[in-house]
Amino acid sequence: MSEIRLEERLAATLARLILDPTARPARHIAVGAASPIPAAACWLVKLQGHPVRLSLLHKRSGNPFTEGTRELFDLTGQGRIDLFFLGGGQIDGGANLNLVGTGAWPGREVRFPGSFGSAFMYPMAHRTILFREEHSPRVLVEKVDNISAPGTSPPGVFRRGHAQALVTGKCVFRFHPDRARFSLESVHPGESIESVRAATGFGFEVDDAVPVTEDPSPAELALLRGPVCEEMMETYPEFCARVFGRKAAA
Amino acid sequence: MKLSSLEAMAASVPDGALVAIPPDNSLPSVALAKALIRRGARGLRLLGVPVSGFATDILIGAGCVAEVQTSAVSLGEAGFAPRFSAAVRAGSIAVRDATCPAIHTMLQAAEKGVPFMPLRGLIGSDILANRPDWRVVDNPFAEGGDPIVLLPALSPDVVILHAAMADSAGNIWLGRRRECATIAHASARALVTVERVVEGNFLEDERLAAGAINATYIEAVALAARGAHPIALLDEYGFDAAYVAEYARMARTEAGFAEWLEREVFAGQRLAAE
Repeated sequence: MSEIRLEERLAATLARLILDPTARPARHIAVGAASPIPAAACWLVKLQGHPVRLSLLHKRSGNPFTEGTRELFDLTGQGRIDLFFLGGGQIDGGANLNLVGTGAWPGREVRFPGSFGSAFMYPMAHRTILFREEHSPRVLVEKVDNISAPGTSPPGVFRRGHAQALVTGKCVFRFHPDRARFSLESVHPGESIESVRAATGFGFEVDDAVPVTEDPSPAELALLRGPVCEEMMETYPEFCARVFGRKAAA
Repeated sequence: MKLSSLEAMAASVPDGALVAIPPDNSLPSVALAKALIRRGARGLRLLGVPVSGFATDILIGAGCVAEVQTSAVSLGEAGFAPRFSAAVRAGSIAVRDATCPAIHTMLQAAEKGVPFMPLRGLIGSDILANRPDWRVVDNPFAEGGDPIVLLPALSPDVVILHAAMADSAGNIWLGRRRECATIAHASARALVTVERVVEGNFLEDERLAAGAINATYIEAVALAARGAHPIALLDEYGFDAAYVAEYARMARTEAGFAEWLEREVFAGQRLAAE
């Protein structure tokens, strides 16, 4: 089997977090716009035979919703979405997300695309896995310039769930909503506590020994490169070509 | 049903109108957006339902837009929307950031004819902090201490959609993208381009009725073959990724965008007129 690509490692890592036995079971997972690695993780879980319903918002043929894009939010409002994925142009040490932009509102320095549904999905989904491949001080900041979705909410504000973890190109952080802090759960091969610390703008908790993120197994890699890629071709052709070397039929 | 034309439809949209446009996976009329550019529309206030994409970026680049209310503007795998980003940087358009379900909820309130609707979430977000028109109240049905956001009803002046087909009675069919029905119900006027017009009445066919929008809500229909292009249309044609990627490259600069506009929006039209 050829060398493990970072995207494959990240997909397998996300899949393990989806199946985390300490978390609420993920029976219904939704994946939003432009999220090929989380989508690959979800397909991996499903094709491993776990009973999970996937709602991929941008699936054109066989789109899961009959009420258009609003149905996802209605489902989530009712508590029917167990797990969602979010990222951010900036993510801070309190798991606050900024998808709007840097500088003065509404992003006069660098404008990001916008909040999408994050201001609703983050508090209303039962759990959220944060994912951002770029791990740098410009992305992982002490405090976001603008909050599109808050990592925690004051007592008395209705909130169903929080970030479970933050997965980057360098490591996995676990989030602790009780104290609004991340702890370092594992570092990817080639990284260390020091290298993660140097690339992270926020403070985080560290145990004495931090394990290395587990490699994808040969079985996981075979699934990713075969059946998972097949499922993703329609929605993410460029990703499949780049990561799995698969070209769409003309 | 009497068919309209693209150019007549575009002429009927006044400068300054609040124009709702669905996102790139949900049947925007790119053909009508291009016609609005050709007619030189100015000061449009665009509403992305709930996000914005290609059609919004070209309208902004062409100088047609004063304000965008949306939950995000993006070209998907082709990246950030270049003319939107440039306009925000230059401060040449106003941006009213929202979040997806808030836009749906404001339209649903208009659809029901009620002045507002509540929505969970949002509290603690700067989206809410920057929306003086959104209010937080205490849930009157709880024992107290349950803050919840109220959103005002929002009724667009016009919605521009591209559907697969229209029938002889002026109903249109767009399949499962039911949020388009909500936009049409909530809007004062729905202008719809279609791939084709067919004989009969969708409402008399049980399999088609569920994916139709009743002619009651449709002001005008015009033929526009591949009117969603480069956006996908249901199962009829796919997303033209190469076209959008080329646009994203060219539109990085104002000069590149102008060249693209001349070639893709104005030139074809002149040829057709000759």
